[in-house]
Amino acid sequence: MKDTLNQALTAIFAQKLRAALIVLAMSIGISSVTILTALGESARSYIVHEFEALGTHLLIMLPGRSETTGGQPPIFGETPRDLTLEDAEAIARSRYIAAIAPVSVGSAPVSALGLEREATIMGSTAALRRVRHLNMAQGRFLPQTDIDQALPVCVIGQTIKNELFAKQSALGQWLRINDRRFRVIGVLSSEGQSVGVDFDEMVIIPVASAQILFNNHSLFRILAEAKSKKAMYQAVIDIGQIIKRRHDGEEDITVITQDSVVNTFDEILSALTLTVASIAAISLVVAGVLVMNVMLVSVSQRTPEIGLLKALGASQSQLQWLFLTEAAILSIAGALLGLLLGKLALFLFQMLYPNFPVILPTWALMAALLVSVLTGLVFGVLPARKAAKLEPISALAKR
Amino acid sequence: MIELKDISRLFQVGEQTVHALDNINLTINNGEYISVMGPSGSGKSTLLNIISLLDQPSSGSYRLNQQDVTGFNDDQLAKVRRENIGFIFQFFHLIPRLSTAENIEMPMILAGIPAVERKHRVSAAIASVDLSDRADHRPDQLSGGQRQRVAIARATIMRPSILLADEPTGNLDSRSGIEIIELLENLNRQAVTLILITHDQALGDRAARKIRIVDGRIC
Repeated sequence: MKDTLNQALTAIFAQKLRAALIVLAMSIGISSVTILTALGESARSYIVHEFEALGTHLLIMLPGRSETTGGQPPIFGETPRDLTLEDAEAIARSRYIAAIAPVSVGSAPVSALGLEREATIMGSTAALRRVRHLNMAQGRFLPQTDIDQALPVCVIGQTIKNELFAKQSALGQWLRINDRRFRVIGVLSSEGQSVGVDFDEMVIIPVASAQILFNNHSLFRILAEAKSKKAMYQAVIDIGQIIKRRHDGEEDITVITQDSVVNTFDEILSALTLTVASIAAISLVVAGVLVMNVMLVSVSQRTPEIGLLKALGASQSQLQWLFLTEAAILSIAGALLGLLLGKLALFLFQMLYPNFPVILPTWALMAALLVSVLTGLVFGVLPARKAAKLEPISALAKR
Repeated sequence: MIELKDISRLFQVGEQTVHALDNINLTINNGEYISVMGPSGSGKSTLLNIISLLDQPSSGSYRLNQQDVTGFNDDQLAKVRRENIGFIFQFFHLIPRLSTAENIEMPMILAGIPAVERKHRVSAAIASVDLSDRADHRPDQLSGGQRQRVAIARATIMRPSILLADEPTGNLDSRSGIEIIELLENLNRQAVTLILITHDQALGDRAARKIRIVDGRIC
């Protein structure tokens, strides 16, 4: 075993350029597989994480029914009934719901200390913090009050804080939104973008205040947290029934569960990763064919040597193993170099895009190694068999 | 002991059948020194290939050391070769990337002899062919005579009972040639059967028993 390895190694070192080329081809295959798999996997986990950050048992209710059956739109047009605070209160009473945060959104100029800018105003309740997992930098979030109580308080995001209260504490200051004054009671810590919603540029006020501010009694959406993962599906049915009762028998809202969104993205991106990796795997097959080619050339170059080994008493299996070992060593060397190159490329990528989490899954690593060794062996078998089957006299005669 | 009985070897060349060997009967006892001579194409090499089990006869039977080897398969033949026969070729047939010591070691690796024993036997063999200072040289760093001495050390490392030398001096100057022949004859005196194939009449005449082959027949 050790001797076979030694022999194979000396044979490889005898033809350095040939070995280097094989290793290079193999490593290109392996590194492209690892890089593409890692990028695909990273994109998938990035998006899944992003959605999971929304909250674990999150339900999102939108007014109106999104039809998935297609067909002609109804002639009279279905004017969706608005979602109201009363709807939210009714849903909150469902035994599957742990917390509920009605949301109304609008845009308005905000000003303080003579500075003014346009900001997104979000009306909600104390439960929003729990449902969206918001963290406070200073102060506190909206107080726990009745849903229809219009308190003149607000919580602001980091950007708003920096632009309107640049050098001083924002807490306790008055902030003017349209023509109304709100006292700043808290500052959100910076969250960055969370699924397209930038809380840094947001002013959060009680939902009742927002409805007065925008003179609008409909809600943009209702966010709710189910008591558990299991309760989530029952909650969807329950919510439907509550709304049906309240909206004259029409179930005219759409409920999106967070895990359905996550699952959809997960599936799409997994399929994408697999596709990309398969395309990269073609380069592995090409590398395998190259290994076979070079090994075949090597067999014919070494015909006299093989004949000699046979004359000296080498059995067919010994010769076969000798050439297979050579192919395997070259493949493994290629695989290791490829992994190294792949890691290096991923490292550089990470330097360029520090925010994008790059993960190389262990299974992909193992699979790439396994596949390369397998291709090496599979494509090494033919040359090895050819070597083993050579007639010793004709092999010796050729020189 | 080599016993060839009614050995024929036919080759198909186009539509013609060529009798490379035609009903050869030959017995060579242990320890003999025998030379095989004959013009090119007479069948000397075919005879050598059959004796050395590199080729199989078309008909006839071959007993080597009381063992009928006629129907053996490839791997069985490899084993018999390894244990009974040492080869010395006109073109040395050393493996170019291996050193003197490694070339000599090769048959023992194939036979699966443990590394420690290999090392002892290799250094003894190198000393016996007077190449101790060339153990780490590769074949291209050696002269023709030195290369052939490496080949002889390799051929004898498994202590075979038979040495087959096919034009061993064909590629050497006369002085090296004599050295090589004396080395081989010395081995023969240690009870190794020596079969020498040559064109050279003077060389052939040194053997105790002389065989001449013409058109596939011994005459």
